[in-house]
Amino acid sequence: MSARSMMSQRPYSPPAANDGKWRRLLKRVWFYRFYYLLALPGLLYFIIFHYLPMIGIVIAFKDISPFGGVAGIIEAPWVGFKHFNRFFNSIFFWNVIENTVIISGLKIIFGFPAPIIFALMLNEVFRVKFKRFVQTVSYLPHFISWVVTTGLVTALVATSGGLFTEWLNELTGERWTFLTNPDQFRGILTLTHVWKTIGWSSILYLAAMSAIDPALYEAAAIDGANRFQMARHITVPSIAFVITILFIFEIGNLLDAGFEQILLLYSPAVYSVSDIIDTYVYREGLLGLKYSFAAAVGLFKGVMAFLFLIAANTLANRLGQPGLW
Amino acid sequence: MLKLSRNEKMAHATIYLSLILLTLAFLIPFIIVFSTSFISDDEFARRGGYVLYPEEFSMGAYDILFGRSQVILNAYSVTLFRVVVGTGFNLAFTITMAYALAKRDLPGRVPLTIFVFITMVFSGGLIPRFLLVDALGLRNTLWSMVFPGLINAWNMLIMRNFFMSLPEELFDAAIVDGASPPTVLLRIVLPLSMPVIATIGLFYAVWHWNSWFDAAIYIDRSHLKPMQIILRSLLETTNMQGLEELAFIEDPPPAASLRSALIIVSTVPVLFIYPFVQRYFVKGIMIGGIKG
Repeated sequence: MSARSMMSQRPYSPPAANDGKWRRLLKRVWFYRFYYLLALPGLLYFIIFHYLPMIGIVIAFKDISPFGGVAGIIEAPWVGFKHFNRFFNSIFFWNVIENTVIISGLKIIFGFPAPIIFALMLNEVFRVKFKRFVQTVSYLPHFISWVVTTGLVTALVATSGGLFTEWLNELTGERWTFLTNPDQFRGILTLTHVWKTIGWSSILYLAAMSAIDPALYEAAAIDGANRFQMARHITVPSIAFVITILFIFEIGNLLDAGFEQILLLYSPAVYSVSDIIDTYVYREGLLGLKYSFAAAVGLFKGVMAFLFLIAANTLANRLGQPGLW
Repeated sequence: MLKLSRNEKMAHATIYLSLILLTLAFLIPFIIVFSTSFISDDEFARRGGYVLYPEEFSMGAYDILFGRSQVILNAYSVTLFRVVVGTGFNLAFTITMAYALAKRDLPGRVPLTIFVFITMVFSGGLIPRFLLVDALGLRNTLWSMVFPGLINAWNMLIMRNFFMSLPEELFDAAIVDGASPPTVLLRIVLPLSMPVIATIGLFYAVWHWNSWFDAAIYIDRSHLKPMQIILRSLLETTNMQGLEELAFIEDPPPAASLRSALIIVSTVPVLFIYPFVQRYFVKGIMIGGIKG
């Protein structure tokens, strides 16, 4: 073999045989057998735990009994769109849709700008240690489970014994019931959401800010710009692309209004303002054992969420941003 | 250093003040819970609820949690099992698949990646997943907290992107030296990838530590319940005596202090570890933020 052909052939690449297309492919596959072996366990995982449940969606079009097992699922009669129709016509339909969209919307309206403002404020802090301390503390809620977060919320605003509630009761002479009051419950959800996400969500913005060329600020300073003008005309435009892309995906996830948070905090007294699609599926399906009906509601949400995501991604691509795909 | 005008100084003072207030908002809930965990019966009766600082210290709540009960230690061991064994499984499955999908000329690489990606944008939903875990006989086993979440597709793609960023020449050189593909993975790729493995491993570990919902729907047996479940049942019950897990307590301390103590006990490890490992997490977000 000449030195030239040795150079041109990468040491670990499939043999370039002159066989037919399929034979060549087979040879390449065999050549890479170690890698397929590595991919196999993961592949099995995705097939079993993600694709089998997708097939399991058929129960939404059947009438399965809660205790029939797999055989029961196969034997159950087909009922077409019965469960979907029942859901669309039920009095809960608009309620859960409305709650999902409103709670999600509130979280976007308050929770989306909050980390941007937080990052802009941190960007003005020149004491490195103070900045690092505030950042580290702000990440804390991200590492805490929703169960613990619920416990902290209770400590503050529980109807009886909550520190803030008792303090407010004394101050105003009224009895405050944040967690069971339909007028205030969504506020509690929004506030808790902002508290838990503001620090962590600011990371990407701060990263984008740290990539801004300092020469821009120096030039602006020479031109006599003050810090506000710099923030407005340099910092914000420089992170605009991060803001756009993150906002689009917030919209794409509109139907995820915060299942675990709501499930842990709500109670029958506030179902009217906080029962979202996910909690409804959970109660009807796993507590009420109406598997087929709940699966239909879940499928409805899955399809809608998928369409939202596609729309968001298309929008991102239209705006010249790299989307999720 | 820039010279600041009067307006800017005012603005800076406002910013510093806001940040200090925000920092307090993050910390105060923890301070309240920490303080309340030390209050006694008398003090609770006198002050009527959660407190910002205790007037006298009582270890009653912790005594009960650790002294008189196996429940907490048992729940801790279930959680530790999740975190250690679960994370180990997560990493093994994630690394192997990511490494295979990172091989640029692997036939079928793109379809396989799309196969995984589809699971990120569409899922069968809660009910089919629950019925599957049930049908597999995983309910009421520790594995119900390990297998259903073996690979997080997002984490796997982050790791794949990292493997793809390693220079190809590195592998070629090793192959020339006579290394087999498994040797390349074990001796060259893994040692080079320790930072990203640590990052993803921490993602998984925190997820396991904090998980509540999977155990809530898959586990009914007391001795298999992790920490978060015990904490949840203690938080939602209004009547301590009614709680099966703590039925052994004859003379319960105030609910608020018992709850607070359990919050502290289940949070302290995270509180102590996260300031030291947060930079790994930040790194993980950064890698994930870049599209591969």
